[in-house]
Amino acid sequence: MYMIRRLRLFWKNLKQSFFDMLPIILVVAFFQLLILQRPLPNPADTLIGIFMVILGLSLFVRGLETSLFPLGERMAYAFSRKGSVAWLLVFAFCLGFGTTVAEPALIAVADEAAHVAAEGRVIENTDSAKQSYADGLRLSVAVSVGFAILIGVIRIIKGWPIHYLIILGYSGVVGMTMIAPDWIIGIAYDSGGVTTSTVTVPLVTALGVGLASSIKNRNPMIDGFGLIAFASLTPMIFVMAYGILVH
Amino acid sequence: MNLLSDLFHTTLGTITDVLPIIGIIFGFQFLVIREKIPHLKEVLVGFIYVILGLSLFLQGLEQALFPLGKVMAKQLTDPSFLLGEEIWRVLAWHDYYWVYLFAFAIGFATTIAEPSLLAVAMKANQVSGGVISINGLRIAVALGVAIGIALGTYRIITGTPLHYYIITGYVFVLIQTWYAPKMIIPLAYDSGGVTTSTVTVPLVAALGLGLSATVPGRSPLLDGFGLIAFASLFPIMSVMAYAQFVGYLEQREKTRAENSSP
Repeated sequence: MYMIRRLRLFWKNLKQSFFDMLPIILVVAFFQLLILQRPLPNPADTLIGIFMVILGLSLFVRGLETSLFPLGERMAYAFSRKGSVAWLLVFAFCLGFGTTVAEPALIAVADEAAHVAAEGRVIENTDSAKQSYADGLRLSVAVSVGFAILIGVIRIIKGWPIHYLIILGYSGVVGMTMIAPDWIIGIAYDSGGVTTSTVTVPLVTALGVGLASSIKNRNPMIDGFGLIAFASLTPMIFVMAYGILVH
Repeated sequence: MNLLSDLFHTTLGTITDVLPIIGIIFGFQFLVIREKIPHLKEVLVGFIYVILGLSLFLQGLEQALFPLGKVMAKQLTDPSFLLGEEIWRVLAWHDYYWVYLFAFAIGFATTIAEPSLLAVAMKANQVSGGVISINGLRIAVALGVAIGIALGTYRIITGTPLHYYIITGYVFVLIQTWYAPKMIIPLAYDSGGVTTSTVTVPLVAALGLGLSATVPGRSPLLDGFGLIAFASLFPIMSVMAYAQFVGYLEQREKTRAENSSP
């Protein structure tokens, strides 16, 4: 009986994941077959790939519910039970820094940016100069995300309204745009979007919601969300600052 | 066999990606919190699900959708496709209509498939006690990304500076923040960051690079960037608009109910 229930649940997950992937399949099929009028290069590979995507998404969602969500929330409860704000802040910074510094999307963007900078003769066109530039960029993004989660956690504890901080952040971005060199702006704006990975987002969200529900007079809806927002805002400012420094 | 070794490599990559997170969590758990993790076995099995699921997901995308999508972005931005018979003509911004449509459609579709958005939507649904529906939020975010990316391709084609758009967008967000229901604001700000992740970034980046390589006077190195920024700005507006719309409908229901029962 237990097995059957598990299988039925899994089947439901699979069906759900299929519908999640359906729009992408339709868009690609529409443009490939009707607009560009080309056949699928490898129909068998495509079908296997789509099946893997659907299976993978179902497994990920199961893992979310049994692992990432409960873990993030329990950490928040444990910290507030211990009452150690200092450790909570250290944890917040480490979580932001640690998950970002190894993020593959960020590594890719940093390398691309180093390439741009060398091409534009901002730095020397040697491998060592490019490497140190890319590392500096990555480090400034990672520090900025750690800082963002830290500020976000302080906001939840204090119950500050989020939009004041966001307005402050936006003014920071606009101000830095005025003084930053042109070639860094596109990269800086994009780096805000790439920092938050698929594993970090559920963990950080659960942490924020857990924290807001364990502190008195905080509403998890109003105070619990918002950590990700800071994490995609501060990298823009830090990367532009890095661009000014290199300049 | 090739497939299995590819999958193995992706899994290794995912593990190195997740390792620092596991290290930080368990480090703090054992050194600072010093409590046993309840249901440890379930949590560990869940972690394996996450790693395995993400690897399968990424490998499948790499095999089925990314190559197609990237080639497609290149073909659609090719002048010989856009002009057809009239190859002698100079392209104007409105000749790129298939590109705008593709940008809109691919932005929408990849966002619906984005696992981190699904995670946030699940949490928001749970925390709001069902007021925010999982699919309603995802569709609102996806529409925002779709509009953002379509506008972003227009910017690359016309070559206007990126920060004009972004700063105007910020002003809009601030005005909307003033009027939108308070409950939605943090979630709306969050949805800007979560949309651009594993599925969206590779396809959108390919579109930006393809476009800036073929439009005369654009350089892929300078104009190829910036689409992601659009994709993380517009969902903020669309999610607030979604909440305003739901609020407006409720308000209208209410006044209608009051009017009909004197």
